[in-house]
Amino acid sequence: MRKYTPKDNVQKKSYYTDRFYIAPRVPRSQVESGSHFADVVNALKKLAFESYVEFNQLIVHIKSTDNIKVLQILKEKCGYTVCSELSAVDYLASSGEFEIFYQMLNLSEAKRVRVLTRIKKDEAIESIVPLHKMANFAEREMYDMFGIVANNHPYLKRILMPEDWVGHPLLKTYPLQGDEAASWYEVDKIFGKEYRDIIGAENRDPAKIDRYDTKRFSRVGHEVPFGADISSGEKEKDIEYSKTFLVDYTSSQKQLDKRK
Amino acid sequence: MQQTNKLTPFFENLNFERSDNMMIINFGPQHPSAHGQLRLVLELDGEKVTKAYPDIGYLHRGIEKMAENMTYNEFLPTTDRLDYIASTANNYAYAHSVETLLGVDIPERAQVIRTMLLEVNRIISHLFFLATHALDVGAMSVFLYAFREREFGMDLMEDYCGARLTHSAVRIGGVPLDLPANWTNDLMKWCDTVEHELANTYEKLLNENRIWKMRLEDVGVISAEDAQSWGCSGVMLRGSGIKYDIRKEEPYELYSDLEFDIPISDRCDSYGRYRLYMQEIRESIKILRQLVPMYEKSTPQLMAHAPQYISAPKEEIMTQNYALMQHFVLVTQGMRPPVGEVYAPTESPKGELGFYIKSEGEPYAYRLKCRAPSFFHTGLLQEMLVGTYIADVVTIIGSTNIVFGEVDR
Repeated sequence: MRKYTPKDNVQKKSYYTDRFYIAPRVPRSQVESGSHFADVVNALKKLAFESYVEFNQLIVHIKSTDNIKVLQILKEKCGYTVCSELSAVDYLASSGEFEIFYQMLNLSEAKRVRVLTRIKKDEAIESIVPLHKMANFAEREMYDMFGIVANNHPYLKRILMPEDWVGHPLLKTYPLQGDEAASWYEVDKIFGKEYRDIIGAENRDPAKIDRYDTKRFSRVGHEVPFGADISSGEKEKDIEYSKTFLVDYTSSQKQLDKRK
Repeated sequence: MQQTNKLTPFFENLNFERSDNMMIINFGPQHPSAHGQLRLVLELDGEKVTKAYPDIGYLHRGIEKMAENMTYNEFLPTTDRLDYIASTANNYAYAHSVETLLGVDIPERAQVIRTMLLEVNRIISHLFFLATHALDVGAMSVFLYAFREREFGMDLMEDYCGARLTHSAVRIGGVPLDLPANWTNDLMKWCDTVEHELANTYEKLLNENRIWKMRLEDVGVISAEDAQSWGCSGVMLRGSGIKYDIRKEEPYELYSDLEFDIPISDRCDSYGRYRLYMQEIRESIKILRQLVPMYEKSTPQLMAHAPQYISAPKEEIMTQNYALMQHFVLVTQGMRPPVGEVYAPTESPKGELGFYIKSEGEPYAYRLKCRAPSFFHTGLLQEMLVGTYIADVVTIIGSTNIVFGEVDR
């Protein structure tokens, strides 16, 4: 049977996968009793429904509504005073959820804990700004990139993208080249929507050369005055881009070889 | 009609709606002291900042999105464009977290070379900090002297990898090249020069300089609690009296075998941080001097042996069929790391630089999050700038040592 690929994920995928290949898992170990991490797990009690150690870091799974409680216990009882990173992973295609991670650091013990929680697509998460001010920027970035709303955030606005941007770029459904709104963003903003036809679509061909352009490039050895018309009456023709990888020369009038 | 006199200036086409001293100004995004594309919206009361709003994103290139659409090796040169002042530190941080995910052991010589490059980059970055910070504050000559030594440092990087700014000098699994002949001698000479210049030029010009002290002392004060709450790292954290250096506390590469100190300062101000940067250059030189004998003792293997993930050395690819096949698969399809997630922090010159990688066993990372120190230091500006004078804004931005390549990503 052909492997199912979710249509709501437009990221690049490998074109060949050995069907018998099973990817190994990273080594995972149980929390050793008596260790520092065991104390952390004990302090969290039932709030942590799953905990294990990967690469010397404790990973704790919690309910999304408990995030403030858990981070408060970590901060006040376990010494995890620094939240070094916070962001999300998009699992909308597979389970309709986002996974949010909080990367915590204990400065005196030099230990790290990652708190993982999952929220549904339209759910919001409580902001951790009262506990860690770094979340002011980090949650804004999460909102900007994924559209995840942090409740009670002091200033939840886009941070990296412009404020009037459409869509959230790090979603798996958002194409790498940008969507329809992105391709017209500058035209719409500078001239207005009605100018779309006049200005035309954005040129995405990095190798495009206008042979009669006398404004932007020097013509070494064939210099002409700036902006002079050198087309000698020849009309501008659109470049023919192939729809497939192989150019179908029979459909176009292009003659490849003069001998034909 | 406005009444023109010396105290209320008259502007032909400007009407002031209010007669108080409140003013909103845009600092940047093209301000030379903004260290890149920082737009600061400052609300001023006279010369005092009452509200600061850092607006970022002018250099956003979607590097995290690109990472999801590139194989692991393809992405490595992109990391150069994060903190472009010390790009090997980014290359290394990325390679380190992928290596942790793969669980490969790096050969000793590669480790020595990497540690050397990291420390050379640290010195280059700190010299850049000193130069631009001094220039912002008004010490023009320090800028020229510091850039001179930085150029020589970049010459060393050029000798090693051919590039001066975007090095890509580290590969996943090791380093691509051995050091060129005589490189360690040049390095030692450069270390001597930097050490000499540090003691006899930069510090002599600045340490007890009255203007420098007036501009820096008690400016940009961050308390230890604030530094932790805002996620500060690197010198910003150590400048607030917290002794935390990832090289020492969570050692990677050879840092556990090397002897160096972690300078800290409990002044919490820009001057303390400036002194820390100078001390760190000394410590880096100390590390580099220990690394040269380690390099001479090491065996000449440069890349880790892990055929499933990392291509064999060039001679093997050219002579052995199986190595060639592996290489072909790895180049055309990309390596497939184990399923799982990793966050591996490193101490970059700016602070804690780490890559969170979520792998689903595909050649493309499912999610890559770059934890950039400057991003959080920029966030801190909105609180640190309030209550300071407009003239100190430049000092504070310079003192946070932010680079917009990694703020905006």
